[in-house]
Amino acid sequence: MMTVLVKIPTQLRAAAGGEAEAQVDGATVQEVLNGLFQRHAELRARISDDDGSLRRFVNVYVAGEDIRFLDGLATPVADGAEVTILPAVAGGR
Amino acid sequence: MAVSHLQCRECQAEYPLEALYVCERCFGPLQVAYDHASTVGDVGELRRRIQGGPQNIWRYADFLPLAGGPPAPSGRLASRVGLPAGCTPLIRADRLAAALGLREVWVKNDAANPTHSFKDRVVSVAVARARELGFQTIACASTGNLANSVAAHGAALGLESYVFIPADLEEQKVLATGVYGTTLVGVNGSYDDVNRLCTELCAEHSEWAFVNVNLRPYYAEGSKTLAYEIAEQLGWELPDRCIVPIASGSLFTKIAAGFREWTELGLIAGAGRSSIGGAAPRQPRMNGAQAEGCAPVASAFAAGHEVCRPVKPNTIAKSLAIGNPADGPYALELARHSGGSVDAVSDEEIREGIKLLAQTTGIFTETAGGVTTAVLAKLALRGDIDADERVVLVITGEGLKTLDAVRGTFETRTIEPTVESFQGGVAETTTV
Repeated sequence: MMTVLVKIPTQLRAAAGGEAEAQVDGATVQEVLNGLFQRHAELRARISDDDGSLRRFVNVYVAGEDIRFLDGLATPVADGAEVTILPAVAGGR
Repeated sequence: MAVSHLQCRECQAEYPLEALYVCERCFGPLQVAYDHASTVGDVGELRRRIQGGPQNIWRYADFLPLAGGPPAPSGRLASRVGLPAGCTPLIRADRLAAALGLREVWVKNDAANPTHSFKDRVVSVAVARARELGFQTIACASTGNLANSVAAHGAALGLESYVFIPADLEEQKVLATGVYGTTLVGVNGSYDDVNRLCTELCAEHSEWAFVNVNLRPYYAEGSKTLAYEIAEQLGWELPDRCIVPIASGSLFTKIAAGFREWTELGLIAGAGRSSIGGAAPRQPRMNGAQAEGCAPVASAFAAGHEVCRPVKPNTIAKSLAIGNPADGPYALELARHSGGSVDAVSDEEIREGIKLLAQTTGIFTETAGGVTTAVLAKLALRGDIDADERVVLVITGEGLKTLDAVRGTFETRTIEPTVESFQGGVAETTTV
C-alpha cells in the first residue's frame, strides 16, 4: 500500500482537526481522499459533490500537477508522493 | 459606506470584510456585497457627486469596497496619493469601424494607466483595502502587468512587495517590474504553477496581502470601474456590446457587473430603479476574447460546457495565458446569458489585430489588445454585429511591453545623409 502526504488548505483545517497535512494510504487520488474522509468525515462534503466528484472550485495536485491533466480521481499516486488540495479561485494575472 | 460584507457566490454564506477569499463551507469564491439602498439617494445628485469627484477611480468610491471611503482624508486628496488609476480615454474609432464595416466602435484605452495596464485599477483597490486591514506587505502572482502594478504601488506607498512571475516572461515586463525595487521571484513553470505556489504561500504568510489571492474579492471590484467610466463617458448610457479579453475571467464578469449595478441604481439613462420597477435598458452583449494557444473558456463555450477544462498555455499573448481560469464558469454563464460569445484567435491573427488597431487608431497595444481587436474583426466578419450597434473594445495594456510581437512585421530603409540618396532609391532595406 502506498502512503502519501496530503496537504490540507487553511480553509479546511478546522474540519481536519487543525491538521495542515496528513499521511494517508491509497494507490489512487480517489483512494487517498477516501482515506482522508474516513479520518475526517466532515471533509467529504466540503470537497466532494453529492455524486462523489470534486466540487468545481476544488483543485487537487499530485506532485505539483493538476490531476485534470492526469487521470483525474483515478490518477495513481507513488509511495511518498505529495497530494495538495487547494482552492481554485485565486488568480488574476 | 455601502460596502456590507463578503458573500459566497455559490452558497451565499456571509463573511466579515477581512482578507478572505474562499468559502469554508463549499470552497466557492467570496465576493463583496453592498447595501446601496442606505447610501444612494437622488440619482441626479449622485451623478453630480461622481462628476465632481477626482479624475481617477476614487470618483466611484461609493461603489468600491473600502470601509472608510477613499484611502485619504478626502476624495480630492486621494487623487494625489499613491498611483491613482482610471479616467482613461474612451475614443471613437471611426477608421477602425470603417475598416471592419461597422458603424460605431469605441476604444477604451486602459494602457493610459500609471503602469500602462488596467491592473492599476484592481491593485489600487486591493492595496487600499490591504492598508485598511493593516497589511505592510503586498504580493502577487503575475504574468507581467500585475507585477508592474504591484511593484509600483508598493514603491509609491512605501510598502514592501513580493512579485512572483513565470521565469520565461517577456523581458520588457521583467524590467518594468524590477525597476521599482520589489523582490522579484522568477518561478520555473507556467502562470498556473506560479498561482498554485502563491496560493500555498498565502497560507504560510498570512501577514502578506496577496492582491489576487487573499485580497481577491476587493481586487476584483476594481475592474467594475471600467464599466462605470465607459457608461459615464457615453453620457450615462450603455454600449450595445463589449469586447473584453479573458484570462481568469474576472475582468470580463466584473465589467458586466458594473453595468448591471448602475442600471439597478438608476444611474443609466432610461433606467428605473429596479426596486420601483421601470423598463431597464438592455445589458450589453459581452464577447470574451482568448488566444487559441490558451482558450479554455472559448473551448468550453463552443462545446456547450458549463466548466472549463484546464489547458497548458502556448501563445504569444502571455498576459492572457491562464490555463486554469478561476472565473471560467461565470464567464461562460455571462457570455451565454448576455447574448455574446467567447472566441479565440491565432497568434498570427493577434499580430494582425495589433497592426489593425495601431494603423486605424494610433493606439499601440500589447498582445492581449491584439487578441481583443482580432476577435472584434472576427465577429464583424462573421456578421455577429448589427449595423446599428455601439461597440466598445476594451484595450487593457501597452504595446511597448510586448515589442517582440511586432518584430519582423515591417521594414526600414537606411540611406546616406544626402538628398540624392533619399530620392535615388539607393537604400539598404532592413526588416525590423
